[in-house]
Amino acid sequence: MPITTPRPRPVCATRGALHLHITFAIALGATASLAIAGCASRSPSLHATASPLPAASDAGRDLTADQQVLQVVNRLAFGPRPGEAAAIRKMGVDRWIARQLDPSSIDDRQTDAFVARFPDYGEPIADLQRGAPEPNKVAAGRRKAANGAPMTAADSVAVRDARRAANRVVQDVQIVRVARAEMSHRELQEVMTDFWLNHFSVYDRKGGPMRYYLPSFDRDVIRPHALGKFRDLLGAVAKSPAMLFYLDNWESAADSTEPTLAPRPGGGGRQQLAGATATAAGVRPRRRESGLNENYGRELLELHTLGVDGGYTQQDVINVARALTGWSIARPEEGSGFRFRPRFHDAGEKIVLGHVLPPGRGVEDGEDVLDILARHPSTARYIARKLCQRFAGDAPSPELVARAAETFTRTDGDIRQVVWTIVTSPEFYARAAYRSKVKSPFEVVVSSLRAVDAAPDTSPRTAQIIARMGEPIFGHQAPDGYPETGESWMNTGAILNRINFGLAVAAQRVPGATLDRWPGSAALMTASRAVQVDAVVTSILGGDASPDTRTILLSGEHPLLASGDAPSGMKSSAADPGALGSAAGLQGLAQVVGLALGAPEFQRR
Amino acid sequence: MQRRVFVKSGALALVTMGLSPSFLRRTAFGMELPATRKGKVLICLFQRGAADALNVVVPHGERAYYAMRPTIAVPQPATGARNATIDLDGFFGLHPSLAPFKPLYDQRLLAIIHAVGSPSTTRSHFDAQDYMESGTPDDKTTTDGWLNRYLAVRGTCDECRLQDTTAGTRAAENRPAAFRAVAFAPQTPRILEGPAPTIAMNSLDEFSVRATGTQAERLEALYRTGSADIVHATGSETFDAVRMLRAANPQQYQPSNNAVYPRSPFGQRLKQIAQLIKAGVGLEIAFADVGGWDTHVNQGGATGQLAQRLDDFAQSVGALVADLGDRMADVTILSMSEFGRMVRENGNGGTDHGHAGAMFVIGGDVLGGKVHGRWPGLEPEQLYEGRDLALTTDFRAVFSEVAARHLGAQRLDVIFPGYTQGAPPGLLG
Repeated sequence: MPITTPRPRPVCATRGALHLHITFAIALGATASLAIAGCASRSPSLHATASPLPAASDAGRDLTADQQVLQVVNRLAFGPRPGEAAAIRKMGVDRWIARQLDPSSIDDRQTDAFVARFPDYGEPIADLQRGAPEPNKVAAGRRKAANGAPMTAADSVAVRDARRAANRVVQDVQIVRVARAEMSHRELQEVMTDFWLNHFSVYDRKGGPMRYYLPSFDRDVIRPHALGKFRDLLGAVAKSPAMLFYLDNWESAADSTEPTLAPRPGGGGRQQLAGATATAAGVRPRRRESGLNENYGRELLELHTLGVDGGYTQQDVINVARALTGWSIARPEEGSGFRFRPRFHDAGEKIVLGHVLPPGRGVEDGEDVLDILARHPSTARYIARKLCQRFAGDAPSPELVARAAETFTRTDGDIRQVVWTIVTSPEFYARAAYRSKVKSPFEVVVSSLRAVDAAPDTSPRTAQIIARMGEPIFGHQAPDGYPETGESWMNTGAILNRINFGLAVAAQRVPGATLDRWPGSAALMTASRAVQVDAVVTSILGGDASPDTRTILLSGEHPLLASGDAPSGMKSSAADPGALGSAAGLQGLAQVVGLALGAPEFQRR
Repeated sequence: MQRRVFVKSGALALVTMGLSPSFLRRTAFGMELPATRKGKVLICLFQRGAADALNVVVPHGERAYYAMRPTIAVPQPATGARNATIDLDGFFGLHPSLAPFKPLYDQRLLAIIHAVGSPSTTRSHFDAQDYMESGTPDDKTTTDGWLNRYLAVRGTCDECRLQDTTAGTRAAENRPAAFRAVAFAPQTPRILEGPAPTIAMNSLDEFSVRATGTQAERLEALYRTGSADIVHATGSETFDAVRMLRAANPQQYQPSNNAVYPRSPFGQRLKQIAQLIKAGVGLEIAFADVGGWDTHVNQGGATGQLAQRLDDFAQSVGALVADLGDRMADVTILSMSEFGRMVRENGNGGTDHGHAGAMFVIGGDVLGGKVHGRWPGLEPEQLYEGRDLALTTDFRAVFSEVAARHLGAQRLDVIFPGYTQGAPPGLLG
């Protein structure tokens, strides 16, 4: 086996380097949580005070003041609402960003009140499981009670209701996600939540209790840390029932050849700890053995921290998985939270990326691994590059990535500092960066609804439209998340969906979308076409449409069309709720808006 | 070569398979296909998540297979047993959920190649999928996919050009059909990325603009103008394609030969591929993918999670073959998955990431009825890195043979840069 292991060195040997980071962090006023367990005591990091942001300089910014505003509101928020660009311009882009980086300073009670209308979203996991038991379990229970007799109509109703209740749990978290992105004043917080939910992607149809874990994943795991310290975020994810279940770590256990921290279930105690190496003499039980599962260990390295080229071996994957054995989920009657199970934990010695994890330890093995990974230079580069792709452009310059990674390392993974480095950079305000990103389906839908100041949708329909456009919320099966880059979103089918969506918004066929909420729309309704086009270009296309687009929007003075030869096969139906239905021939202002939302300029941010 | 194969297979069985007699006559008597035939079609199916090849094409003659998979091995073939391996050649067999493939194998329409895959050592899903789609293992600088490179250099398929049905709007120029390459996926898959125009869509149903008359023309104008960037370029392709599809009217589609597609997304996508092939819109490359193969936990044996995935896979592909009937003479279906899975089952009744895998090749050109490839064995010293099925065939050898023999590609050096072609694996005649 050509696996090379770097020369082992004990974890504590890294303390010198880490102390250096502590010094930096303290100098910046940041809190520190750097101690490696087993070497020194671990102190929880606190976010009571955010570290001060370095001064921003607008030297080297190519874009005009108006363009800077649009760049900011399209990248750090999901596009402008009517009047928002003017407000940001007045405040100044740097001040607006700094305020967004401190979301708790922004009053968002209106959004909170909306979210409170979806009680499932706020429930603890165990309460959800009690209130809406798994439909399969309900069905099994009914079958058992029937004792061989066919299920009654009442049984069928009970199973159907259980399915609906369980679906509602997922729907509610999807509704809340869309509504917050649309209406929250903590706009950057929403963008970062979107970013991290995608970085730590989980899948709602994994089966079992997966869906009950999603509200908590959004609410307790990602949001509180979205602008915090990366190590805290990583730790919260690693201990979240959602990730533990999705990537199977909850049932990963020491292989039978390794000692466990506590006696195994079923009398495997002979192999327990004390450095005992298993003998081959033991007869293995024939029933399903428990043992190591590499799934989370691999994706933790590949997708969550180091990146696939971050410099780890298959042996590192195995040892990370070994260190994380026993990281599991408590049963519902115990609250369904994180639970460390000593009987599953591999207590042997492990070497991870050259660090020795001594034998005989428990949960601190995994904590050490997360410390090592969160502070690894490959992680700094990988996360920095991905954030640069989100905010600055699909192919960020190596210099910008290096500066962002340097901030990541210097601030011990302070996400808000890394974002600040990126969004105050000359690269962010370069001419080439302006409108250089293609919107994802989530972005195109939310930005369209914001552009017409739509009321938030209380139904799952908007989320279903986003799903139909290729980006279902919690619907990406593989753990890599959706692409951060544009070309994968741009293809023929996608363009059609986007054009149709723009028309559907203007035709008020998307819940909450109406032109009535748009400032000045009453006066515009009867205005000349030229005035309408100017207003739409200003408000929806940021005052910046290509001559071609403007010509198209202007041409044709008279109202168009009754509904005519609309092609078939596009009806919205219960089976396909994301389909948009045929738009009746639009007229006047609505037509201009529909065309603008489908225009190439609006597909970019 | 394949003609002789079909002589052997027998008319009756083909008819029961839903393959029409006209196809049989042509092949059985070695007649040249009519000059007016439609072009060759390649359908690529990607099983994302790393299908467990050892439980798909089961080496039931291997003692080590049963030793290392105490709870998930598929039982050895037994006469009349429903939940046992379906024997193929005394050593290999099909998972029982692949029963629809057995008649195809017997008719020599289906070939299997085992211990095939990427020479890269990666066990990352995403890197491995990337390599299989870019066609350049361990080279991350490749920006396009190998199917797109094929499209760019063309094959000998002269028929795969637009027969322009919209006279008046456009001269019947000799340009590629808008539907030459179609992926049924929300995003363009890596394998089709590149400069040659391709289409990606979820379904034919959504493939139209919900605007009427003048309004649609205005939208079209919006997208036809402007610079040659992603959004504009894609927009123009879109309107070409919509126009063609309307002319073909695929909404009226009824499968032939009583083919029944599963209602699953994968089954429906294959049905739509058949629709496009029969609509005569110039389809040459079709792509669909299907997930759910990453069976780290409770994958099951003859029944269970993997069996359910295989049910959907085999029934969908079986329906496609039956539905296409005699068109299968010009169609090759090629399945792939990024790598195989560990030989030894893991601690949760599942399997972790492995190395070599298996592929299915189905079609009229195929030298079927055989498990191709050199079998490396499953004894400990025969395994890759002591844990996985070793690789004996580079996936590029298979892809090259399909591109060259089926599609007539001549520039394999462009399609698979850096790959030294060896003897073809002999999957196609």
